[in-house]
Amino acid sequence: MTSPSTAPGATGAVMIRMEKVEKWYGTYHALQDINLTVTSGERIVICGPSGSGKSTLIRCINALEHHQGGRIEVDGTEVGASSKGLDKVRAEVGMVFQSFNLFPHLTVLQNCTLAPRKVRGIAPKEAEAIAMKYLERVRIPEQANKYPGQLSGGQQQRVAIARALCMTPKVMLFDEPTSALDPEMVKEVLDTMISLAQDGMTMICVTHEMGFARQVADRVIFMDKGEIVEQGPPETFFANPTNERTRTFLGQILHH
Amino acid sequence: MIRQFTSAEFMFLLMAVRWTLLLSAIAFVGGALGGVLVALARTAPYAWLRATAGTYIQIFQGTPLLMQLFLVFFGANLFGAAVDPLTAAAIGLTLNGAAFLGEIWRGCIQAIPKGQWEASTALGLHYVTRMKEIILPQAAKIAVAPTVGFLVLLVKSTSLASIIGFVELTRAGQIVNNATFRPFLVFGIVAAIYFVLCWPLSLYSRHLEKKFGTVSR
Repeated sequence: MTSPSTAPGATGAVMIRMEKVEKWYGTYHALQDINLTVTSGERIVICGPSGSGKSTLIRCINALEHHQGGRIEVDGTEVGASSKGLDKVRAEVGMVFQSFNLFPHLTVLQNCTLAPRKVRGIAPKEAEAIAMKYLERVRIPEQANKYPGQLSGGQQQRVAIARALCMTPKVMLFDEPTSALDPEMVKEVLDTMISLAQDGMTMICVTHEMGFARQVADRVIFMDKGEIVEQGPPETFFANPTNERTRTFLGQILHH
Repeated sequence: MIRQFTSAEFMFLLMAVRWTLLLSAIAFVGGALGGVLVALARTAPYAWLRATAGTYIQIFQGTPLLMQLFLVFFGANLFGAAVDPLTAAAIGLTLNGAAFLGEIWRGCIQAIPKGQWEASTALGLHYVTRMKEIILPQAAKIAVAPTVGFLVLLVKSTSLASIIGFVELTRAGQIVNNATFRPFLVFGIVAAIYFVLCWPLSLYSRHLEKKFGTVSR
């Protein structure tokens, strides 16, 4: 992991490059001319109304969805060019889902060790040590031998974050990680994400948690109807949104 | 000359049960192995593979099992491969079982939430690992009850092998009846024996359904 970064894009190396990315579902134009460059250590928050394409955008990065036009590169490897490249990309990109998606038939520890063992070929003992390190990191080591169904939503989401971190990814994608949580559990997950951000992890977060965006984001991106409408550092983004659609959206979600 | 129905006749019927059980076992194991392949093909990422498996299932679900047994038995002999009735019945029931079990298990695989596929894909797990470690263990839980239910059906289906001359329980019943001419008694006993074989399986299936019915989250 890189050292804690202080300024936006501290190391400057390009981690993700999206050029003229297009995606359709049938006749529905889900992503239109998406151009986005994320540098190593950068923390990006994507917001926008539902159906605006923000989840689709990050799901194209690790090819859970396949883009149909343009080009996506992760750490120099083109997504979709070869299956070998795809394996490499997926191993380097961690993802956290809205609905946690832990494996219910495996313990917390097994959830965390499976991919390091099977994808990275790490020995079981070592994989367990890595898993415990990250479970401690998300402050949940005492639950290691429980099954996901025995944990609260907030705990499950923290395990999901630990599971992704066990692959020591270069980028973390968060797809509305707090949207399925009860209100009292949102904070524990956000705190985990904030601490991750402070450690310099490259992150792209789809979220409506604007407090989180203000606190950690280097850049906030607003999407609508499959397009990136506006982007900027949180100070200017929230204080002086230039686009009418951005203003309307912020007016709807920032009620104070 | 008409014989009496004695304990010897009854023992003859009981001894034929082992052939019913043997045929059921072969067909179940064969059908299960084929069924796994059919289920995997039906859920494969390749359209041509899904279509091929789909056609296979349609053919075997859309034609009578008896015709399938006829086609295997007479068909093999037609092509010069003399097969005995047991082999023909085993092949026919295996092909049929693979279609039905494949379709049952396809449903179980597809019942696993999309998020499980996505999470395992996003972690970089390959198809084989994903299936082996994530999807199939969860699908197996759902599959146990309907699979045992299918086994009940299969045990009863073996009675059709009597028509191509394989001496299992039903054929033994016909033989005894031809000698004793006590159809109601003989076939009543045959039916009772089938019931004794199948009823515990049905109970077990129901028990499993209760045990695994609640999907763990």
